[in-house]
Amino acid sequence: MAERDGCALITGASRGIGAAIARALAGDGWPVGVNYRSDRAGAEAVVAEIERDGGRAVALPGDVADPSVPDRLFEALESHFGTRVLALVNNAGISRDELTPALRDEDWSAVIETDLSAAFRLTRRALGPMLRARRGRIVNIASVAGLRANPGQPNYAAAKAGLIALTKTAAVEVARRGITVNAVAPGLIETEMTAGLGGELLAAVPARRMGTPEEVAACVRFLASDEASYVTGAVLTVDGGLAA
Amino acid sequence: MPAVTTEQVESRVVEALTSFGADPEQISRESTFEELDIDSLDLVELAQIVEDEYGVVLKGEDMKELQTVGDAVDLIVSRAEA
Repeated sequence: MAERDGCALITGASRGIGAAIARALAGDGWPVGVNYRSDRAGAEAVVAEIERDGGRAVALPGDVADPSVPDRLFEALESHFGTRVLALVNNAGISRDELTPALRDEDWSAVIETDLSAAFRLTRRALGPMLRARRGRIVNIASVAGLRANPGQPNYAAAKAGLIALTKTAAVEVARRGITVNAVAPGLIETEMTAGLGGELLAAVPARRMGTPEEVAACVRFLASDEASYVTGAVLTVDGGLAA
Repeated sequence: MPAVTTEQVESRVVEALTSFGADPEQISRESTFEELDIDSLDLVELAQIVEDEYGVVLKGEDMKELQTVGDAVDLIVSRAEA
């Protein structure tokens, strides 16, 4: 296993895609911070699994939508592993689906705060030390909903499209410091968030199946690796051809 | 926090600017960042160095006002004393 002199923070990593990303980065040698909002048992299970496989991980509580949380997460992670955060994966996200004419202000705001504003604040917090280190990896988990219309998700789509725009902008700002910022845009992936979906939606997926969290995590692991050093500002769709 | 002298800050700023690619021969208190080819990203990194090493938090609006190396040194010293 490769030795890393930095560590990785994955938000929303107690289950689903985030948990798979934490496992994949740990398997690639990253000491990982497994952030969670409410599912402590889930986060601790992810940590235990990583440790059992010889990796290093720590569970870090905190609702990323709270503006005071990024500093707290970074300080806790840096002091736990005694090293800088050189990879950030903005994965935490929520959805509050409703058709545009019926969407309530609070459901608009909640999704924008968690899925977009939190990623901005975490990215801002991550970049200072990465600029000094002259390297770093930021991977934002967007969605095909940010690229292609999906009725009933105006808030989620706006947040994810915003996240893609943030990804590209930050990428060009810091590219010459050896830092890459990329987005992964999953399509229909088997998680709690998509439970009950399928059927009609699945018929639109050329691969005719849902993806797995591990298939998304593999792409994140690549973008966080040294091998991806010339990939920045990119949006990698992982969607069985849905957005093609 | 230990007091910092103007000389210490000056020497740290020169070291940082050199690491950003400025020609050390050309750096003086009067030289402007523009002349030294130091851009806004470099100044953001300088702010991070100052925060890490002197505990002084410089905001974007503080940095925008800075024209010369001397401006930056004086601002850092005055904040470190405050």
